[in-house]
Amino acid sequence: MADRPLATVPAAPDAGGAAEQRIAVATQWQLMWWRFRKHKLAVGGTLVLVAFYVVALFADFFAYCDPQESDAQRSLIAPQSIHWLDEGRFAPHVYALKGTRDPVTFKRVYVPDPERKVPVRLFGRGEPYEFLGFIPMERRLFSVEGAKASETLFLVGTDTQGRDVWSRLMYATRTSMTIGLVSVALSLVLGVVLGGISGYFGGVIDNVIQRVIEILRSIPTIPLWMGLAAALPSDWSVIQVYFAITIIISLIGWTELARVVRGRFISLKEEDFVMAAELVGCSKSRIIFRHMVPSFVSHIIAATTLAIPAIIISETSLSFLGLGLRPPAISWGVLLQDAQNIQALVISPWLLIPSVAVIVAVLAFNFMGDGIRDAADPYL
Amino acid sequence: MVAYVVRRFLLAILTTLAISVLSFVIIHLPPGDYVTSYISSMSASGSAVSEGEALALREQLGLDQPVTVQYMKWMGLMLQGNFGMAMEWGRPVTDVIGDRLTLTVVISLAAIVFTWAVALPIGIYSAVYRYSFLDYVFTFVGFVGLAIPGFLLALIVMYVGFAYFGANVGGLFSPEYVEADWSWAKAWDLVKHLPIPAIVLGVSGTAQLIRIMRSNLLDELRKPYVTTARARGLPEYRVIMRYPVRVALNPFVSTIGYLLPYVVSGSIIVSLVLSLPTVGPLLLKALIAQDMFLAGTIVLLLGVLTVIGTFISDLLLMWVDPRIRLGRQ
Repeated sequence: MADRPLATVPAAPDAGGAAEQRIAVATQWQLMWWRFRKHKLAVGGTLVLVAFYVVALFADFFAYCDPQESDAQRSLIAPQSIHWLDEGRFAPHVYALKGTRDPVTFKRVYVPDPERKVPVRLFGRGEPYEFLGFIPMERRLFSVEGAKASETLFLVGTDTQGRDVWSRLMYATRTSMTIGLVSVALSLVLGVVLGGISGYFGGVIDNVIQRVIEILRSIPTIPLWMGLAAALPSDWSVIQVYFAITIIISLIGWTELARVVRGRFISLKEEDFVMAAELVGCSKSRIIFRHMVPSFVSHIIAATTLAIPAIIISETSLSFLGLGLRPPAISWGVLLQDAQNIQALVISPWLLIPSVAVIVAVLAFNFMGDGIRDAADPYL
Repeated sequence: MVAYVVRRFLLAILTTLAISVLSFVIIHLPPGDYVTSYISSMSASGSAVSEGEALALREQLGLDQPVTVQYMKWMGLMLQGNFGMAMEWGRPVTDVIGDRLTLTVVISLAAIVFTWAVALPIGIYSAVYRYSFLDYVFTFVGFVGLAIPGFLLALIVMYVGFAYFGANVGGLFSPEYVEADWSWAKAWDLVKHLPIPAIVLGVSGTAQLIRIMRSNLLDELRKPYVTTARARGLPEYRVIMRYPVRVALNPFVSTIGYLLPYVVSGSIIVSLVLSLPTVGPLLLKALIAQDMFLAGTIVLLLGVLTVIGTFISDLLLMWVDPRIRLGRQ
């Protein structure tokens, strides 16, 4: 942002000469880190993102039951409330639910039974699973004692098919947060290569690439994505669809990154140190990779961070429409498909909970990206 | 100036061609063609299609020729304004799309008008009263507005309307006008229903534009000529509105070229949630039924409309920015 007060390098007057000395010998990355630290929102965003990725990595640990386990007898249970105290002592528990049919509306209703308390444990033993895919483990973040978690614990309710929303949300976080990374990595490769060529060589190539970017940017993306995504064969596996969607999204998403890279190349080309490198006879690749790239890596990181939220929104939108990832894959968009029917949503508003995850993640990425951008270039 | 117009025009033509190729790819990507999916859907409902019938259908649609020939043939038909038949509906595509396309344009325009009308004054205010309480409020709202995908906002609006006001806020017409022919009363009914879709659609664009306007204007306000104007005793209102705002407006106008594809794109998915009678729901239905012909045509028409809109905004930019008009660019 051009208007934020220039995050002056921490030349605290009270520290005097010592601080100045520290700045004089600090590396570029240290200076950036000092500036980044001052941006409270960015630091907060980063912490939130770390938490999200921890959940993504250890989704099995944070979930307390199988996200696919469905049971019509448990459909659309409202979020349970946890009772923290039991007869004055700290003993978190939930009441077991009894499902009955409302005699008038024939709707399934669930009545908590205060007689049957189900103790909830942190880090207790739950159903066995493979930690990180290969270490057999039983500990989970939440577990219940003396019952199956999938039958008794519903922290944020269940969906229409009786699957636990909390556990599904944990796995969805894994899918949605990684799809952003994979897709941005692809866009990054395309953007850096094409933007670099465009900026460094200029001339006809630059013109062609710039026109291609302009054309891509003037096409409404969602209809195009929808068309491409709908064309994916329906017998593809979850993994194949996952990668196809990332490719579709990044094929159009690289343009902004290319623009940033090109801009940096053009402005750096005129710098004295590049001229100096040329004069002492450095090869082209050495000039590019040893001299130019290190001085704008930080900008690329910032642009990349700012590109991820758009990708997450794209994936969520596509999956929401039923054209992106398809069940049994679980992502935020897939979860939100359940919220499409507005009548159902009014009766069971907890189906909208995954949207909180989307919004928080996107906000956090935006804050972090903004912070990095400001830190990378105080004059921007 | 002529060179600028010619360049923009050529770019528009190129973009249209690129979009046509992409739409054609969409039509042809799925394995099999319309006839295979037609046969499978017919046999699913119990009636068989004979070999001969299938062959005749293929020939009629030109599906038995090489892809390039099909593309040329398709383009030829498009240029004559013959968009073919929407196969599933058994009616000409123009019939199926016509009204819906108009409404898509109307909604997109309304969203852009909303975006401008809100972003401009707020952007100016935020720049002039930088770091004031309201500036922080707008910045925060802007960030949140950027973070909420359009369809989620639409869902939330629907939910609130339903749960707290007991009203269905979706749709573009009151029930009695849905099937009615166009009349002044129907048009007025449309105008009354426009604000919600326009706001839902415009929010994230508005958030972006506020930030652009704010930083543009801040850059201008720092310049010496502003100080000079103030030193000469011009009233503050004139100091700000007379030159800095006008200069800051230029990049603002040029972003409309990017805003339009963005809004059109968003209208598709927002329409689905708010059940607006635009091409959005039609496109989704066509894609799910694998009526790729209809889907491809919709993508093409949307793309072309966007290109036309962008071209118009380029001309508008020329009118606003004398540097372009006088041929410096």
